[in-house]
Amino acid sequence: MTTSTHLVYLIALPLVSAAILMLLGRIADKWGHILATLVSASAFAIGVSEFFAMKSRHGDARAATQTIFSWISVGSFKVDAALLLDQLSISFVLLITGVGTLIHIYSIAYMSHDRDRRRFFAYLNLFIAAMLLLVLGNSYLNLYVGWEGVGLASYLLIGFWNQKPAYATAAKKAFVANRVGDVGLSLAIMIAFAQFGTVTFAGVKAGAPHASSAALTAIGAMLLLAAAGKSAQFPLQSWLGDAMAGPTPVSALIHAATMVTAGVYLITRSNFIFDASSTARLLVVIVGAITLLFGAIVGTAKDDIKKALAASTMSQIGYMILATGLGPVGYAFAIMHLLTHGFFKAGMFLGAGSVMHGMDDEVNMRKYGGLAKFMPITTITFGLGYLAIIGVPPFAGFYSKDKIIETAFNAGGTKGILLGGAALLGAAITAFYMTRVVVLTFAGSKRWDEKAHPHESPVLMWLPMAILAIGSVASGFLLASGSAMVNWLAPVVNASGVEGGKELMKPIVVSLLALGVVVVGVAFAVIKYRTVPSVAPEDVSIFTKAARKDLYQDSLNEALLMRPGQKLTSGLVYTDDTLVDGAVRSVGFTLATVSGWVRKLQNGYVRTYALVMLIGLLALIATIWMVTL
Amino acid sequence: MDISNYLFLSAILFTIGAVGVVVRRNAIVVFMCIELMLNATNLAFVTFARINGNLDGQVASFFTMVVAACEVVVGLAIIVTMFRSRRSASVDDASLLKR
Repeated sequence: MTTSTHLVYLIALPLVSAAILMLLGRIADKWGHILATLVSASAFAIGVSEFFAMKSRHGDARAATQTIFSWISVGSFKVDAALLLDQLSISFVLLITGVGTLIHIYSIAYMSHDRDRRRFFAYLNLFIAAMLLLVLGNSYLNLYVGWEGVGLASYLLIGFWNQKPAYATAAKKAFVANRVGDVGLSLAIMIAFAQFGTVTFAGVKAGAPHASSAALTAIGAMLLLAAAGKSAQFPLQSWLGDAMAGPTPVSALIHAATMVTAGVYLITRSNFIFDASSTARLLVVIVGAITLLFGAIVGTAKDDIKKALAASTMSQIGYMILATGLGPVGYAFAIMHLLTHGFFKAGMFLGAGSVMHGMDDEVNMRKYGGLAKFMPITTITFGLGYLAIIGVPPFAGFYSKDKIIETAFNAGGTKGILLGGAALLGAAITAFYMTRVVVLTFAGSKRWDEKAHPHESPVLMWLPMAILAIGSVASGFLLASGSAMVNWLAPVVNASGVEGGKELMKPIVVSLLALGVVVVGVAFAVIKYRTVPSVAPEDVSIFTKAARKDLYQDSLNEALLMRPGQKLTSGLVYTDDTLVDGAVRSVGFTLATVSGWVRKLQNGYVRTYALVMLIGLLALIATIWMVTL
Repeated sequence: MDISNYLFLSAILFTIGAVGVVVRRNAIVVFMCIELMLNATNLAFVTFARINGNLDGQVASFFTMVVAACEVVVGLAIIVTMFRSRRSASVDDASLLKR
């Protein structure tokens, strides 16, 4: 372990900048976006220098720590606010600050007409700070602070245009769904503390081999719940589609590249828990497999370009979660897919934003068509991202996704065939819906109104897209060549010596199979969408209807959780009104009534008082008389 | 004559006075009834003094007379003031602490 003194600046810089922008208000309107972008870029610069510093160290010395201050010290419970930068964290730091900076640059142009641009950049910086804290914290409690911070930033940014009630509701929905996952994380922390007496990653890792399997499974299940909430995994995925209400750069940064991958980070970081509990691993792969198919199916039916991409994000994160559940060898592939996905999905979201920018914020793909001629740069960058996500060699997605499919097949027995089959099917559907998005948007004949004047976006917008497109092309090869990523992460995830598993198929067979299904998916979409009606047809199969409705997940949540919840609250309100308030009110009422009676005695007539005195006197005499008798 | 008859007379006078205080409205009459009750007790005091053969009861009746005299002075003054301000000597009209 190396001790570092400047890790804290990674978090402090964007946090201070966010505070400045929020506190200064309109004074900062003129230069707020520049400050925010510079801060993000300098965080990236720190990240790069840390990366090279780390590369120059070897063995255990690669990981760096910094204790900022002693946070909690109660009896035997001690938590330091401390940071840990290891091979896993630095991968995330570079992704967050790198993609984050590009998206800051993009947003300068994208949000230039918005009078609240400064507030937008303040939130973006807040998000960067919180996300960096999430990946840099050295204990679950520090991670939890960042976890909540990104949830807050996500809420603020989804509801950035909260003057529209639907957007404000979408923000609330995302926040509530995330809270459900957060409960899982807090429970996991509590169980871990009860079991190990510490919440640092190192402490839990040291204690994990000696813990009972029930406790490990419980912690693993709770961590999975947390990951499902944050990463929009089944059954907590319903918020991600609505989260597209936020401005498009937000969707690219938070809801595609970084925040939604926090669940993958959490599981990878907790590899020592999942390695020790096969039940927890099984749960993880089930959730991952279900979500990757779920998201892919939903993606085939969405006409809103951003929602189609959101469903795709859900599906791709399903791949990552699936990979993390496949044991030590899967973690590196999950992180590799996470990084490549960060490039190509962020690039495609920015492309979608560029299209919307040129089409007066129209999001319905049925109103696009033939835009390749008007937006050549957007078309090329989006196209490169498209080739990456469907897994065409030599683009990035091919290397990362192929490895996951291969690892899934090698999981062994029926489980391996089922998981591999699901991953392969997902790849086919991915090819289908992504081709659909591209064909509907850029190819075919124009279907937009006469009012729209599609045009290419300014340089500040296409430059980040171009850089991300380069990443979509090259990152996969760079990360996969010579198992670079696997070796890099090996010290963190204990991946050494696990290659001995029996291979179900040769890697080349898996790659050919995957390519085969991709070709089928692409061909099917091209044939199906030769002509596109500009209004979505109503007489569609029951499957399309279900997919348009997000496979009824919202209705299910409503029937299972929301309505009973409302019943419960209205029941509680009724109980409160009648029982609690009733008790209080009846005490007051009784006192008032009795006083009303008693008050009549005080009528002010002297004769009444005299009579009362007389009666009292007689009663007194009678009593004395009877006592003495 | 049996000496206890004085006690009965005293009790009757006291009862008449008490009933008068409760049932009559005119402040002067109420006042007179109070005087009647006081003198009924005086009678009882004197009678008991005679029965017991000492002077204690007679002394007590003197005290009562002095107090009654003072009370008349104060009480009549109040009644006159009330009559001046309200043009009425009815005790029921004075049912409020202020006007």
